[in-house]
Amino acid sequence: MTNGFFEWFGELGIFSWNVLKAGLTPPYEWRELVRQLDEVGSRSLPLVAAAGAAIGVVISMEARYSLTRFGAKSMFPTTLVYSVIQVMGPIMTGLIVSGRVGAGIGAELASMKVTEQIDAVEASAINPYRLLAATRILACILMLPLLTLAADASGLLMGWFAQAMVEPLSFHQFIASGFKGAKLSDFLPPTFKTAVYGLIIGLIACFQGMRTRGGAEGVGRAATNSVVLASLFVILADVVLVKFILVVFP
Amino acid sequence: MATVFDIAMKHTEPEKDNGAPIVAVEDLRKAFGSNNVLDGINLQVARGETLAVLGRSGTGKSVLLRLIIGLETPDSGSIRIHDQDISGLAMDRMGEIRKKMGFLFQHAALYDSLTVAENVAFPLVHHRRDMSRSERGDRAMQLLAEMGMEGDVDKMPSDISGGMQKRVGLARALALEPEILLLDEPTAGLDPISSGEINDLILKLQRERKMASIVVTHDLHSAKTIANRLALLDQGKVVIEGKFEALQHSDIALVKDFLNQL
Repeated sequence: MTNGFFEWFGELGIFSWNVLKAGLTPPYEWRELVRQLDEVGSRSLPLVAAAGAAIGVVISMEARYSLTRFGAKSMFPTTLVYSVIQVMGPIMTGLIVSGRVGAGIGAELASMKVTEQIDAVEASAINPYRLLAATRILACILMLPLLTLAADASGLLMGWFAQAMVEPLSFHQFIASGFKGAKLSDFLPPTFKTAVYGLIIGLIACFQGMRTRGGAEGVGRAATNSVVLASLFVILADVVLVKFILVVFP
Repeated sequence: MATVFDIAMKHTEPEKDNGAPIVAVEDLRKAFGSNNVLDGINLQVARGETLAVLGRSGTGKSVLLRLIIGLETPDSGSIRIHDQDISGLAMDRMGEIRKKMGFLFQHAALYDSLTVAENVAFPLVHHRRDMSRSERGDRAMQLLAEMGMEGDVDKMPSDISGGMQKRVGLARALALEPEILLLDEPTAGLDPISSGEINDLILKLQRERKMASIVVTHDLHSAKTIANRLALLDQGKVVIEGKFEALQHSDIALVKDFLNQL
C-alpha cells in the first residue's frame, strides 16, 4: 500500500518531467492544442455557466436570509460578489471541469492505450507526451481561468436576478455597491489560481489515461480515478492556494 | 488462382547493402519480472529481405518487434539500424530512426477518431510539413489505392472489417516510405482469402520497395509464402534459422511439430 503510494508519485514525477521536456521543445502541436482548447473550453462553457447560475441563485437566497436576520441587508451585493468570485466560482469550476474533462481525457487516453493507438503514435515517430499530454494539459491551464470568469459572470447575473425578483435592485446599483472599495488583487488571484487546477486536472487525467492496463475494465478505472484524484487534488490545492493568496495579497 | 508455391516463387532475392545488414540484433535479452522472454537473440535482415519470426504464443515474437522499434527497452544486447546502436536512445532521437520504419500492429491500432484516409495521412501531417494538405491527401489516396481500399477512404475504422483494417494499417506504415517494415501477425484472425490478399500485398511491396522486413507470425503458411528466411523462437532463443528447406530437413521435434501445420 505504502509502496504503491510512493510508486504512484514517483511515476507521476517522471511523467511530468517527460511532458515538460516534450512540451517545451519543437515541433509544437498547435493544431492539436487548438482542438483541445475547443474541447476543454467551448464544450465545458454551457455546463460551467449553468452551474455558476445555480450557485449564484443559491448564494443570493441564503445571503438574503442570513443578512436580513442579522440586520446587514445592505451588505448583500458585496457578500454575493465576494462569495461568487473569491470562493464558489473558482472551486466549482475546478470540480466541474475535473468531472467533465478529467473523465473525458482519462477515458480517451486509456482507450487509446489499451488499443495500442498510443504505441502507434510513438511508432510513427511522434512523441505522445507532446501530442497527447502536453496539449491537453496546456489547454486545461489556459481554459480554467476563462471558464471561471464565465461561471463568475453567470453567478453574479443570476444572483442579482434572484434578488431583483424579491425586491427592486438595479444591476448597475448591484455592481457599483458590490465592487465598492474592491481592489484587483481581491479578484485576480482567486481567478487565476484556477490555472493550477487546470494543471492538476490535465496532468492527473493524462497520467491515469496513459498508464492504463487491462482492457475495458482498465479504461473504466482510469476514467474514475482521473475524476476522483483530480477532484481531491483540486480541493487540497485550494486550501494551499487560499493561504498563499492571503499571505501574498494581504 | 495462384497456389502458395507459385507465390513463394515470386520472392525477390535480398540485396546486401554493401554487405552490411540494415537490421542487426545481437545477444538481445528482455525479461518481464522473472520471465525471460528473450534470452540472447541474434538476427540480421538485409535490404529487400523478409525474415519471418515464428513461434508459439508467448515466445516473445511481438516483444522482439517492439524492441526493434523502441517501444520497449532491452535489458542487454544491441539493436543496430544501419550500424547505429539504437538501444537506449532518447525518445526524440529514436523518433528520427523510427521515421525509417513502418510498423503494422497485430490489431492494426488505427486511430478510431480519424477516418481511413486521415489515419494514413497522420504520419505525413506530422513529418512532411513541406507537403501541402492536398499533396498529403493525394499520397494517402495513392497508398490506399495500392491496398485496394480506395472506395473506403471516408469510413471510420470501426466500420471496416479486420482484414481491411490491416490493409489501412499497412498503408499507414508505408506513408513515410520506410526502409524497414515490421509486421506483427499480419494474417492473424483473418479468413483464408483475406490472409491470401495480405500475403500478396506484402509480396508486392517486397518486389516494388525492396524494404528489409521482419514478419512475426505463428502462421507457417503465411511465413512460407512471404519470407526469404524463417527463424523459429522457443523459450527466448532462436531454435533454427534459415530458408524453408532448412526447416524441412531439420530433426528438431519443435520444428517438425510446426511443419505439421502445413
